[in-house]
Order: sequence, then C-alpha cells, then structure tokens
Amino acid sequence: MVAKISLQRVGKTFPVRSAGGSPLLALHEVSLEVAAGEFLTLVGPSGCGKSTLLDLLGGLTRPTAGRILIDGKPLDGPGLDRAIVFQQYALFPWLTALGNVAFGLQAKGVTRRERLDRARSYLARVGLSGFEDRYPHELSGGMKQRVAIARSLSYDPDILLMDEPFAALDAQTRESLQLELLRLWEGTRKTILFITHGIDEAVYLGQRVAVMSGRPGRVVEVIDVPLGSRTGGGDIRSEAAFVRLRHELWALLREQAPARREAA
Amino acid sequence: MSVTQEERPLVATRSAAALPEALAGAARRSAAVLAFLAFWEIFPRLHLVDATFLPPFSEVAAALWQLVLSGELLQHIVASAVRALAGFLIAIVVSVPLGLAIGWYERLAAMLDPLLEVFRNTAPLALLPVFVLMLGMGETSKVAMVVYSCVWPILLNTVGGVRNVDPLLVKSARSMGLAPLQLFLRVVLPAASPTIFTGIRVAGAYSILVLIAAEMVGAKAGLGYLINYAQFNFQITEMYAGIITLSVLGLLFNHILVLIERRLTAWQPRLTD
Repeated sequence: MVAKISLQRVGKTFPVRSAGGSPLLALHEVSLEVAAGEFLTLVGPSGCGKSTLLDLLGGLTRPTAGRILIDGKPLDGPGLDRAIVFQQYALFPWLTALGNVAFGLQAKGVTRRERLDRARSYLARVGLSGFEDRYPHELSGGMKQRVAIARSLSYDPDILLMDEPFAALDAQTRESLQLELLRLWEGTRKTILFITHGIDEAVYLGQRVAVMSGRPGRVVEVIDVPLGSRTGGGDIRSEAAFVRLRHELWALLREQAPARREAA
Repeated sequence: MSVTQEERPLVATRSAAALPEALAGAARRSAAVLAFLAFWEIFPRLHLVDATFLPPFSEVAAALWQLVLSGELLQHIVASAVRALAGFLIAIVVSVPLGLAIGWYERLAAMLDPLLEVFRNTAPLALLPVFVLMLGMGETSKVAMVVYSCVWPILLNTVGGVRNVDPLLVKSARSMGLAPLQLFLRVVLPAASPTIFTGIRVAGAYSILVLIAAEMVGAKAGLGYLINYAQFNFQITEMYAGIITLSVLGLLFNHILVLIERRLTAWQPRLTD
C-alpha cells in the first residue's frame, strides 16, 4: 500500500542574509511515512524545524533536498487535499465565524448557498451552533481554534496538518479539544500529522509518535503507541502503559538536547 | 464538540435605561464647548478682553445669521466644499491603487520609499507659490493643493497597511490554494482597510486646512476668502462667523468619515465596546 504522506530524505536550508554567514540547515534527511487514516504526532525540542516541515507539507515552501510524495505523487504546491491548522488560529478578523469556515470553500468553487450550508453544519460539528455571526475577537481562544478546525474540515481534505494547535490554550480547554479532535478523527478517519512540543499530548493523541532531533532537524525515532481507544472515558493518562511511553519519550528527547546546544 | 460555559465571551447587553444615559452622555460631551462659548460671551462684556477684536459670541452669532439669510455664507461654503471634496476624492482615487501596488511589490516600495518620505515632509503650503506659478490663481491650483496634501497620508497609510498584513493570514489563505489575485482581493485588501481608512480620515482634515490657506492667498469666494476679506475690511464679527462655519464644516466632514469607517470596518474590536 502506498503511504499517504512519504518524506524521503527531505532537507531544507535557508540562505542567511548577513554577509559571510553560512546557510542555515533547518532539516536534514528527514524520512517519514504516514499511512492513510493514521494519527501521527511529531515531537521535538523547540527550534528543531517542526514548523518548517509543516510548511513543506503544506506546499508553502519547497524542499532543498529529497522529495515529498502524497499518495505516491510528488507534492506540487498548496492544495485543498491538505489543510493546516495553526497555533495562532489564523482566522480572518473581518469575517464572522461562518464566513471564516466558508472561506476555503470559495476556492473550491462551491456555490454561495452550499458554502453557507456546509459552513453551518461544520460549525455545529465543533459545537459552535449559535455563534455563526460572531467575529473572531468576540470568541475565546478555544472557540477560535474550533472555528479554525471547522474551516479546515469544511473543504474535506484528506490530510490535516496541525501545528501545535492547542499550545496557546489553557489546560482545561486543551484537554477537551484533544478529546474532541480524537472523536472527529474517529468519525472522519482523516490522516492527521500533529506537531507538538508536549510529550503528554503526543502520547495521548498519536497512534505513533515521531521524535525529532534538535537543529538540524531529523526524525530520530518513531515509536508505536499501543494504547486502546482514548475516547472511552477512562483516565488513560494514569495507566501504566501511558506512563511508561511518556517516560520513554522524555528520555529520547533529553538525548536530543545536547545535540542542539552543539549546533547553536 | 460542545462549548463549556467558561468559554463563552461576555456579551454586553443594552440596558433599558439607554435613553437617559445617552442624554447624560451628550450633556457631558457638550459641557466644555458650552463653557467655552459662555466665556466668549462674558469676557468681552466684562472688558476682560477688547470687544473690538473679540466681540461677544452673541454678536458673532447674529452676524452669522445675517450671512445665512443673505445667502452669502452658502455661496462661500459651496465654493470651499466643492474644491475640498474634488481634491480629496481625486487624492483617494490616485493614492489607494498606487499605494496598494507599492505595498504589494516589495522592490517598488524599497525604491520609492525615500522619495515618498521627502515629499511627505515637504509642507504643502511651502509649495503654494509653485502651484500658483504653474497652474495660475484659478480653481486648478487650489484643487491641486488639496490633492497634493491629501495624497501623502492616504498613500503612506495604504502602503503601510498592505505591508503590515499579518503574514500568518496570507500563509493560511495560500495553504487553501488561493491564487495571487484572490489572495490580494480577499485577504490583503480587507486586512489593510482599517489602516487605509485612517489615512483617508487624516486627509479629510488636511483637505480643509490646506484649502483655507490657499483661499486666503488668492480667491474670490470660499470660506478662506471670507475670513481674510472680512479681516481686511474690519468686519470682525463676520470674520469670526467665517471661522465658526469652518470649524463646524470640519467637524461635520470628519464625523461623516468616521461613520463610513465604522460601517466598513465594523468587524474590528473597539475600546468603547
């Protein structure tokens, strides 16, 4: 079976503007495969190029080495088969919640009436019925991220790319959104690549967790998370298996820290 | 998904006592103006200031009323308003598209920035003689003066507005596959519009300011002419009447612009909310 996302020895260097500076190597030979319908989380120390990787997958920038395949085909620019959810929501402040969700559908060429209908139903799916006419500044952080998630789902992409989407939220809101994201994933079976710097979050959400090293970023290890369904209602975070995985990840990430110091 | 109670934002509800509150607000806002007018009335009468040079407000008001009745005031208002509006509108039509282009193409902006700064920092009134030399004493030079003074705030704000669009919004729109033109129309333009409007409002104030000065130098009608002419002929009450008319006109113009701005950028959070 062809992997949904396949990164093959992907590298990204940025030219440095100041004279005499050597180019910045952000990613080095990153190889990773994500299966269709998989929920993969990606953890790494800050500055390890996680967001650079996400930009590449979004088609916003091009790799300077290696290649990226989506469904076995080389990635060619941005597309509605992938949606990005950003940490800072990236909602358009001049559009209402409904307008924001409908925004992506316009690029897809859906009629206005259907756009609004669909946007309404996706807002309902993230629990925001009755908030259609609110502008982003009238919504709390958690609600903004719900709108952003509804927007990314509205044009029905195969892949959700999430860049630390819950990092700016308070602990309680984050937990409820994590659970709801898992329910949405179980309901839609989209392929999700979820970037985080939280070890707990990585283990809780992911079927597999990819660990990245410090700069230049590489995927050093991918570990399986053999935990059952998280949406059952029990406190999975206190189970022995969860605690063990959490520790394993913690140790792996600690190994990566010195490498980062050397590079800096 | 469901929304927990904590997540709901507080929504301000209008109280039933809105009307008395509004009246109280109006009284608060006009108190200072009324006090000022009272002083204007009393000081000359008590000979604290020379009534020849500052007649009591009631006399000025009477002169103003006479100017209204004779139709003279309207004629001057129309002359000034036509010039100011023509110049102001021409400036908008020229500067907004130009500013959008300069802001969008970074290289063009880098090239033009120093020149724009030079022009912006050249006081329009210093150029009045140049305009008169090149365009004569007629309407053209006055409108050109207004255009010149209005162009810079609009242009610079438009450029700034476009360049300061949140890159994350552009990134987000690009990730949804928007073509460059769509990106510009649906993201950059709305994102920049509040900044552009600030420039337009500043230009509105400039238009009247500069026009009056131009009319004082050479004109046969207009409020600037009225004020200057009245002073020459020692019609001091008429002079003040002209000045008051000018203030009211300026206030009105600004208020209209603020209303339009509010309407077009209603999505923005406001401190007064």
